[in-house]
Amino acid sequence: MDGARATIEVRDLVVRRGGRLVLPGISLSVGTGRVTGLLGPSGSGKTTLLRAIVGVQVVESGDLRVLGEPAGTPALRERVAYVTQSPSVYRDLTVAENLRYFARVVGAPAERIEEAAGVVGLGSQLRQVAGTLSGGELGRASLAAALLARPALLVLDEPTVGVDPILRRDLWQTFHRLAAAGATLVVSSHVMDEAARCDEILLMRGGRVIAAGTPHELLRRTGTAQLEDAFVALAEET
Amino acid sequence: MSVTGTLATTERVLRQLRRDRRTLALVFLVAPLLLALLKAMFDGEPAVFDRIGAPLIGTFPLIMMFVITSIAMLRERTSGTLERLMSLPLAKLDLLLGYALAFAVLAALQGSITGAVGFGLLGVSAAGAAWAVILLAIANALLGMALGLFLSAFASSEFQAVQFLPAFLLPQILLSGLVVPRGRLPHWLGLVADVLPVSYAYDALARVTAGADGTRLWADAAVVVGAIVLALVLGATTLRRRTP
Repeated sequence: MDGARATIEVRDLVVRRGGRLVLPGISLSVGTGRVTGLLGPSGSGKTTLLRAIVGVQVVESGDLRVLGEPAGTPALRERVAYVTQSPSVYRDLTVAENLRYFARVVGAPAERIEEAAGVVGLGSQLRQVAGTLSGGELGRASLAAALLARPALLVLDEPTVGVDPILRRDLWQTFHRLAAAGATLVVSSHVMDEAARCDEILLMRGGRVIAAGTPHELLRRTGTAQLEDAFVALAEET
Repeated sequence: MSVTGTLATTERVLRQLRRDRRTLALVFLVAPLLLALLKAMFDGEPAVFDRIGAPLIGTFPLIMMFVITSIAMLRERTSGTLERLMSLPLAKLDLLLGYALAFAVLAALQGSITGAVGFGLLGVSAAGAAWAVILLAIANALLGMALGLFLSAFASSEFQAVQFLPAFLLPQILLSGLVVPRGRLPHWLGLVADVLPVSYAYDALARVTAGADGTRLWADAAVVVGAIVLALVLGATTLRRRTP
């Protein structure tokens, strides 16, 4: 990959969480304007890596640059948005009230509130109290809050859990539309059928990247027809 | 730091409170009812009620805001919203001041209602101005908020947070002079009381009640404001952008 065009550059990153060595020295790069899928079984260190990229994770050593600056630099807070796996919205406020608050915090104009709600399919539920939404809807409300700032880098931790197939397809179309507009997206998932929707895949296992490439490249390299089989083949190689 | 971030947070916190009608009813009704209870209790000893009536009006907000802030901040931490806010361009001070402003509004309302009931209906008297009692009630609310904010960092569940009231606040109230005048405490306990912020909050209220001179009152109020600032700064250090 062209280094100058990379949005994320990670070199020998070491992270320990709760006494466990979760990332024992991971290196990778993520290209600009693409949807990169971070795939791997649960416990493989996906969330820890995403937290480090966003700059909310205490790291032990290594080099991590995001949009040309060290991860966690104050200026990056305006250009990077992060959606945690469990929805982080105020459950005692309506969807609109949540979005209005986060819009004011990031300095986004009020028109973006309806736009962001529409993108995640919550346009008709703006006035509903978040605590009464279903699990999937709550996750989408959390995603909408991250879209308000129109970030250059959008980091999404398992955004399609509990989302029905039609909406999942719509969300992936949205991800690609944002990428086409120049944003970089990093999307984690443990569901292999989502891998096929990514421009680029990083396969993780045991805190390391065991393979990287386009879905097509990974299939060709392993001589398999399904990404699920490709992952098994790659996991057995290492 | 930005005014927008602070005011947006204030508005958000007030909206959350407004949605919780029962909490609001409790905040506004419990203090006047407790005051009425004490009035009835000390029916035979009106001198006692005269001494503690006005200071109590100023002390209720301390207790309420301590509990409400502890729980509110714990919710921010456990719901992931604090982690989200810490990844956004919001200064820690904006978040803290936003909360402070929202609770000051709540305290002003609570203090005014309790004051109106106390001074108007229950015959609470103060040689000093009633508005000074209300102002001190607001200062006490902010002290409770700042202490609750700081201590909530050491609670990992709501059960623990609620226990901090009897553990940290109740001893301060007992030693402040409200129950036993501080001069009558054993020497060593008096020394302990002298370093506790609630003692100064009580002294200020007691001086207004007695209509004492201004300088000492301002000195006590200044100690309370200093304690609020110190607790807020300590609270800010417990808000971490990066967590392990």
